[in-house]
Amino acid sequence: MAELTYREAIAYGIAQELRRDPTVFIFGEDIAGAGGVFKSTVGLLEEFGPKRVIDTPISEQAILGAAMGAAMTGLRPIAEIMFSDFLAVCWDMVVNEIAKIRYMTNGQVSVPLVIRTGNGGGSRFGAQHSQSVENWAMAVPGLKVVAPSTPADVVGLLAASVRDDNPVLFFEHKSLFATKGEVPSGELVDTLGTAKVVRHGKDCTIVALALMVPRAIAAAEVLAGRGIEATVIDLRCLVPLDTQTILSSVSETGHLFTVEENPRLCGWGAEVVSIVAEECFWALDGPSIRITTPHVPLPSADVLEDAVIPSVERIVNVVAKSLDA
Amino acid sequence: MLAQFVPDGTAPSPIQYLAADGALAEGVTPSMSDDEVRAGLRLMMLTRAFDTKAMSLQRQGRFGTFSQVTGQEASIVGSASALDPRIDWVVPQYRELPALLRQGLPLSSFMLYFMGNLAGSRIPDNVNILPIQISLAAQIPQAVGLAWGLQLQQTGGVVIVYFGDGASSEGDFHEACNLAGVLKAPVVFMLSNNGWAISTPRHKQSAATSLAARAPGYGFPGVVVDGNDLLAVHAVTSEAVARARAGEGPTLIESVTYRMGPHNTADDPTRYVVASELDAWKPLDPIARVQRHLTARGLWSDDQCQVVEAELSAEIEEALVVARAAPPPSASQLFDHVYADAPATMLRQRAARLGVTA
Repeated sequence: MAELTYREAIAYGIAQELRRDPTVFIFGEDIAGAGGVFKSTVGLLEEFGPKRVIDTPISEQAILGAAMGAAMTGLRPIAEIMFSDFLAVCWDMVVNEIAKIRYMTNGQVSVPLVIRTGNGGGSRFGAQHSQSVENWAMAVPGLKVVAPSTPADVVGLLAASVRDDNPVLFFEHKSLFATKGEVPSGELVDTLGTAKVVRHGKDCTIVALALMVPRAIAAAEVLAGRGIEATVIDLRCLVPLDTQTILSSVSETGHLFTVEENPRLCGWGAEVVSIVAEECFWALDGPSIRITTPHVPLPSADVLEDAVIPSVERIVNVVAKSLDA
Repeated sequence: MLAQFVPDGTAPSPIQYLAADGALAEGVTPSMSDDEVRAGLRLMMLTRAFDTKAMSLQRQGRFGTFSQVTGQEASIVGSASALDPRIDWVVPQYRELPALLRQGLPLSSFMLYFMGNLAGSRIPDNVNILPIQISLAAQIPQAVGLAWGLQLQQTGGVVIVYFGDGASSEGDFHEACNLAGVLKAPVVFMLSNNGWAISTPRHKQSAATSLAARAPGYGFPGVVVDGNDLLAVHAVTSEAVARARAGEGPTLIESVTYRMGPHNTADDPTRYVVASELDAWKPLDPIARVQRHLTARGLWSDDQCQVVEAELSAEIEEALVVARAAPPPSASQLFDHVYADAPATMLRQRAARLGVTA
C-alpha cells in the first residue's frame, strides 16, 4: 500500500502494464522527455526507453491512425491525446475507423488500444481545454469509456483497459491530478463496467463520475448533517454501464440524482435517468433530477467556471430541495 | 523576393520505361522478368474484364456501388508486383482490386464485400492486406502505424498505401507523411494521380505543379512516374520498397495516370469530363502498351490474348458462383462484433428490439 497522487497513479499504472507485456507501448505529444504536460508520464522514458515511450509530432490524426495500424500488428498501444478537447481534431479516426473496424471486418480485426486523455474543467483552461467530452465517446458504438476518480481506480482500470480487446477511451480528470489516495501494492487489475457504491444511505441515490464523485461524497456528508442519508455511486465506466448497481440502489432509495460535469444536453445522466425510468419506474418516489453544467462553453474566469460546474453546495441544495428537507 | 523555396511552375517528367507504342526506352533495364510482365498483364486484363462484368451486375442491382480500375491497371499492378506478399502489406483505398488479388485475396471475397455481405469483409489468414477503405485518406496514418508496428517487431515487412490526388489534400495525408518521416517507417506512399477526385480536376485540387514534390518537405524522396507504364511503375516502386526494407524510410510515388471511367457506379463523368481529354488518354492505355511491347518481342499474340480472355472470363464466373453461394446476412450480425465482449445493455437491446437471442 502506498499513497499516490492521481497523477502519479497514471505513470504507475502505465509502468505496471509496460513491465508486464512487451507489446504495450505508449506515445503522444511531450509524453517522453517532458514526462507529459501534466507530468503524468514522468519516469517512463527512463525506465522503458525511447522505443516504448515515444514522443510524436503534434499530429492527433496521425497519433490515433498510427495507434490503430500498430494495434493491427498485434501491439497494444497506449496513445495520449493531451487534452480531450483535441479529440475533435482526430474524431474521424476514433469514430469512423477505430470504433468500427471490428464490426466492418466481421470480427476479424481487433484494435486493442487505449486512448488516454486529460478531460474536464476546474483548472481555468478556458473553453477549448476544459471540456468534459465523455458523453461524445459514449455515443459511439464500439468504444469503451472509462473515467476513474481515485488513484487506485486509475491503476486498476488502466490495467483492465490495456488488457481489453476493445478500443478504450480513458478519461483522466485534470482537476483530480493532485488528489491523493491509497494504492494497494502488487498487481492491480480492475474490471471495466463495474460501478462502485462509495457511500451507503437509504434516502437517495447520487450517481457521479470523475471529479463529480468527490463532490457528491462531500455533498452527502453535508446532507447527512441535515438528516438525509445518500448513497453515492461512482460510475467509473460509461461503457459498459453498470446499470445493475444503479437500479438496485434506486430500488432501495426511491430517489435518483445524477451529477454530471458534461453540458446538459445528452449528458450521460440522461441515459441513466432513461434506464431508471424504463426499468424501475415504480420504485421511484419522486422525479429523477440531473445536476449538470448548463449547456454553455466553459468560461476561463474562475468565478464563472466555479459557477457552472456542479459544486458541493449546488448538489446539496438541489437534493435537499427535491427531498423537501 | 526573399523567399528561398519558390515554385517554378515546372513539373518533372514522369519516369517512363515503355513508350505508348510499347517500345522500351534506350538504356533502361526492366526490373520485371518476362514471366512477371506476363503475370502482370494477365492481372491487368482480369481487372479490366471484371470492371465490365461488375458494372453490368451493378446495373442489374446485383452488385453495390463500386469504383472501376479501368485506365489505372499498370499503376496498381506495377506497384503491387514489387512487393513480397509473404511479408509486405497492402493498405488500399477502394480502387486497388488487382493489388488485393496479387496479395492473395480471392476475387469472390471482393465480390461479397460489394454485395454487402460481411463475409466479404473477412480477409483470409496470411493475406497481408488491410480492409478496403471508403473513408478517404484515413488509411494513410494507419499504414504508417502498421509499418511502425512491423518495424518494432522487426519483421522486415514493408507497407504500401494507396490513395489518390484528392485524398492527398486531406490532413491525414500530411500528418501521416510527417510522422512516417520522423519514424523512418518502412512505408511507400503510392499517390495515384488519376486526374480526378470525383468531378474535381487535379488543377483545382492543389496549386502545386507536382504532388510528389511535397516529399522533401517531410524529409524523404518523391518521384513522379508514368502510371500507365507497368515497367516504370514496377522499377520505381521496387526501389522505394528496397529503401524502406533497408531502414531508409518512406518514399512518395506520384503515379500519373487517368481515370478512364466514372468515379464510381453512381457517377456520370460525361457531365464534367471533356471528351477530347479522354480521347487524348486512350492511346496511352496501360494494357495495350504492355501487349504491344510483348508482341514486338514475340511474347504475345492475338491468339494468346483470346485464350487468356476466355480463361479470365471463366475465372470471374467461378468467383461469382462462389460469392452467390455464401449465406445471406442474418440479423444477429447487427450486434456481433461491435465489441469483443458485448456490454449487457447492448445484449438487452438485441433481445428486446430485434427478438434475436442467439
